[in-house]
Amino acid sequence: MANRITLNMITQRSIEEGVAMEKGKTTPEYFEACSIIEMHDDDVRALGLVPNQLVRVTSECGNVVVKAVRGRQSLYPGLAFIPQGVWANQVVPPRTQATGEPQYSGFPVTVEPVNGEKRKSALELVQGAVGLWRGDQ
Amino acid sequence: MPKKIENVGCPYCGVCCDDLVVTVSDDGKQILEVENACAIGNQIFHHATGSERVKLPRLRQPDGTYKDISYDEAVDYAAKVLYNAKKPLIYGFGSTNCEGMAAAAKVAETAGAVLDNCASICHGSSFLAIFDNGYPSCTLGETKNRADVIVYWGANPAHAHPRHMSRYSIFPRGFFTGKGHKSRKIVVIDPRHTDTAQVADIHLQVKQGHDYELFDAFRAVVRGHEIPEEVAGIKRERILEVVEIMKKARFGTIFYGMGLCHSDGRNHNVDIAISLTRDLNDYTKWTIMAMRGHYNITGPGAVWSWQYGFPYCLDLTKKDIAHMNPGETSSVDLAMRDEVDAFINIGTDAGAHFPIEAVKHLRKHPWITIDPNICMASEISDLHIPVGIVGVEVPGIVYRMDNVPIQYRKVIDPPEGVISDEELFERIHKRLSELEAEEAAKGPAKAAPEGVRAEE
Amino acid sequence: MSELIIKNGFVFDPLQGIKGDRMDIAVKDGKIVETSALSSPKTIDATGMTVMAGGVDIHSHVVGPKVNVGRLFRPEDKLFKSPHKSPTCNRMEMGFSVPSTFKTGYDYARMGYVFVNEAAMPPLHSPHVHEEIRDTPIIDNAAMPVFGNNWFTLEYLKNNEIENNAAYTAWLLRATRGFGLKVVNPGGSEAWGWGLNCANIHDPVPYFDITPAEIVKGLIETNEFLGLPHSVHLHCNNLGNPGNYVDTLESLKLAEGYAPKNDFGREQVLHLTHLQFHSYGGDSWGNFESRTKDVMDYVNAHDNITVDMGQVTLDETTTMTADGPFEHHLCSLNHLKWANVDVELETAAGVVPYIYSPKVKVCTIQWAVGLEIGLYAKDPMRTFITTDHPNAGPFTRYPQVITWLMSRAARDETMKTFKWLERTIDATSIDSIDRELGLYEIAQMTRAGPAKALGISNTYGGLAPGMDADIAVYALNPEDMPSDPAMIEKAFSRCAWLIKDGVVTVRDGEVVEEPAKRTVWVDVKVPENAQVQRDIYEHFLRHYSVKLDNYSLFEEHLHNPRVIEVDTTQ
Repeated sequence: MANRITLNMITQRSIEEGVAMEKGKTTPEYFEACSIIEMHDDDVRALGLVPNQLVRVTSECGNVVVKAVRGRQSLYPGLAFIPQGVWANQVVPPRTQATGEPQYSGFPVTVEPVNGEKRKSALELVQGAVGLWRGDQ
Repeated sequence: MPKKIENVGCPYCGVCCDDLVVTVSDDGKQILEVENACAIGNQIFHHATGSERVKLPRLRQPDGTYKDISYDEAVDYAAKVLYNAKKPLIYGFGSTNCEGMAAAAKVAETAGAVLDNCASICHGSSFLAIFDNGYPSCTLGETKNRADVIVYWGANPAHAHPRHMSRYSIFPRGFFTGKGHKSRKIVVIDPRHTDTAQVADIHLQVKQGHDYELFDAFRAVVRGHEIPEEVAGIKRERILEVVEIMKKARFGTIFYGMGLCHSDGRNHNVDIAISLTRDLNDYTKWTIMAMRGHYNITGPGAVWSWQYGFPYCLDLTKKDIAHMNPGETSSVDLAMRDEVDAFINIGTDAGAHFPIEAVKHLRKHPWITIDPNICMASEISDLHIPVGIVGVEVPGIVYRMDNVPIQYRKVIDPPEGVISDEELFERIHKRLSELEAEEAAKGPAKAAPEGVRAEE
Repeated sequence: MSELIIKNGFVFDPLQGIKGDRMDIAVKDGKIVETSALSSPKTIDATGMTVMAGGVDIHSHVVGPKVNVGRLFRPEDKLFKSPHKSPTCNRMEMGFSVPSTFKTGYDYARMGYVFVNEAAMPPLHSPHVHEEIRDTPIIDNAAMPVFGNNWFTLEYLKNNEIENNAAYTAWLLRATRGFGLKVVNPGGSEAWGWGLNCANIHDPVPYFDITPAEIVKGLIETNEFLGLPHSVHLHCNNLGNPGNYVDTLESLKLAEGYAPKNDFGREQVLHLTHLQFHSYGGDSWGNFESRTKDVMDYVNAHDNITVDMGQVTLDETTTMTADGPFEHHLCSLNHLKWANVDVELETAAGVVPYIYSPKVKVCTIQWAVGLEIGLYAKDPMRTFITTDHPNAGPFTRYPQVITWLMSRAARDETMKTFKWLERTIDATSIDSIDRELGLYEIAQMTRAGPAKALGISNTYGGLAPGMDADIAVYALNPEDMPSDPAMIEKAFSRCAWLIKDGVVTVRDGEVVEEPAKRTVWVDVKVPENAQVQRDIYEHFLRHYSVKLDNYSLFEEHLHNPRVIEVDTTQ
């Protein structure tokens, strides 16, 4: 069992994210729809994760804590998915290959279980990144 | 008596469903029921009247809180930010009407701004490929009426364009396709077994980031060349089988999505998809279409092309000539190079959808968000200006993913006092012109709003 | 209100038969009036200058989806070729062969034009066309919806139901706020839905089983049944191919036996557009040659036909047409980028960049073919100057085309640059033509003639009292024409004055005012027709991808309309 594994990350739309986004990005629905990661069962086993365990995902430019869930849409071993949105964008590299488009899909991340840490809310992540986070009111 | 409004356009995705039926309360203030919409579209309409809306512009105070201000004050603030910035960036437009885009362009031209839209981080790669290779396409009704083979490549409409398959591609019965689904072959090419792949006849689980190789193999086979045993994780026999289906089609459409644009290769993946389409037209009829995301993200590409000849990444800072060079004049690249000194986020949420690094760079400068709702961008702004929701409270023209213009209606009035994007930009333009005139008359005299600085 | 008098110019107004007489033109409240109606006018001194009505362009692709594809997919068309914004204009001007809407309006105005007829509007895209019309300053626009591959039209005409087709046509003109009947590669663009084409005018359309010839005749009958201002406006089959003059003559002959029926002074039943592309002999690019003489002999002998040139200007340009199969063919010749849009139930379109080079034999022969059309024309009131903008070249080359027509020396000068001069001379008769057109003939070919053919000569194209005060003044003295042809081109490029609706809009070649422009459309009243209403309902229910109620242009998207009413119920 590995402490951490390296996976190839893609971030794309999910319908849950779409519905929740229109409801509002500060809603619990958006939080649950987007602060997740999906992996292949082999990789879940390799990390020894139990269902819904939290993991830290780290890329070349940042890290984020998300919940490992079993998705409906299966991937092959080595591929990981976080729905597009606030959590995914904590780790998406801004490099664009001179096209304007960031590397939203196909960038290496390490995934490791975390203990005693919570997922941050969308507001905490974004406001926190720009120094405007004032804590939960 | 509640009133039913028919043929309502949906302001969610590029499918631009225009068959919604919306029931509005007697007083015209509540949306009671939405028929025909997908789960997401439904949510947009219900959210409009079912939630607490922001009804006045809000200005960030030194203590970090927001304070309500008048539209006049907000217009003045925005105009001064634009006036004083050397290289302001106006970005977004996925969720507004073309009238708003035209008005915003006028502001950008007067201010000497960079004008960019969400394609910059979405189908911008498609534009780059189209610049090089063209775009053999069709309207969605053509696909519905004629297509017997459908390919979804790196696109997952089951999630991103929920009614695409039922309205245009897989399921509908058209003029020459009376048997609907039964008369069509569906091929899905995606590294995941997506919900779209579930309804396909054939799913090729391509290795992520290797689409170009697979296209190349397709082209080789179409042109009668040998290919290796396996390409991009797909066995040769499967490739031969799919190419045969494509060559034998009477009419086919390749719908492609972010799987091509967001991965390594970007525009090159789209370029070769177009080349494959060209090749296939030597045998039969094939078309290709980008699965454009938001309901009117095709709009700015149309409006600014007729106004300036460029669909996105327009550098208008010289004020007398436009310039476009994605990579140089694209929003995320400008942000990462710290080249812009003011940011207007309109009809999108850069706070949520830009990589956080880009957000941090942009937030070093004044940031104004124009959006009906609270979003990540609005919550980190210096100024948030609420506007009416296009398609719900504001009518106007939008462009569907196939470039067909759809005339959207309004079903209710916006909250009292809330104005449209178009009116807002017209007012900013007027104020900006006044500032320019004052400048011409007596030189610079205005205090520059600096915004509330982000902590380093 | 405002009064203006343009004094002492040499006036050319073919609609009134005025041939360069020294006259004053009076303007009051946007209209031309008798000089006696003025009390205290502002004076424009036009002494030693040429005065004409504002120019009228019968065929130009300036607004709409395929034009915009041309703009969008050719960033290189903006490089090095876009002027810096004029300090006297409101907006930037970008692009060369497919200019931005703003540049389109300004450049036409600078040349003294006031009315431009958009040559092809896909009905499904009419809201787009009208959005671009809104953003095209100064010039009045009309737009012709395309009919030649429309499923309703094909079905009605196959069954010989002219009355039903007329009712549908009236409905579509209203739905799109359109001007007249455009026909592009009849039947061929529908066949292109399957990657096919109609090889000639007797080749039946797949499934619909009607021939291009039947479509054209049926549409002529429909047009005259309704009595529309303009005639059928035809881009005939087999455009651009060696030997196609045969198809062109056959297409022209379809008009035989038809007489115009209308209240608008129009005398033709068929306008055949960009004739240059349709007047080729030979059977390959190797023995490609001009057959203009054959075609123009026919045109000259038949009064119920008008044509326009489609003059090749030897530029790098952008071809765009609803002739989808042709553009595919073209991209297989030049291997440049290719855009295509098939439009459900209605039409198709293709866009391909093209370089007309003086070093390429076919291009220089095409150049000669175009000019031969103008020079062989017996009746300049039926032969109009166009470049099929931007297909054979951008409209901004009209001054050069005018100069070629007016000056043998100018033609010789250009021919000196040809790499294959001898072969071009052999394959054409351009070198044997000494004719030089005069200013009166130019006025016929650029304003009076097109206005008459469009059925709008009561408003545009002339200088009679009561007409719109659209007046162009050029710095050319007919009694002392410059010996250097370049001076003619210069004068027509930048008019000395343009008065639009009585407003001084251009002065010394610069746009100084941007008066409100109009959208001109034709509203035809026809009797209720239950069957057609039912057919429309059915097709929208089953086959269109938009709802019927969202298809017709909303009133709020029609900008400053000028409606021409036709009542067939009387």
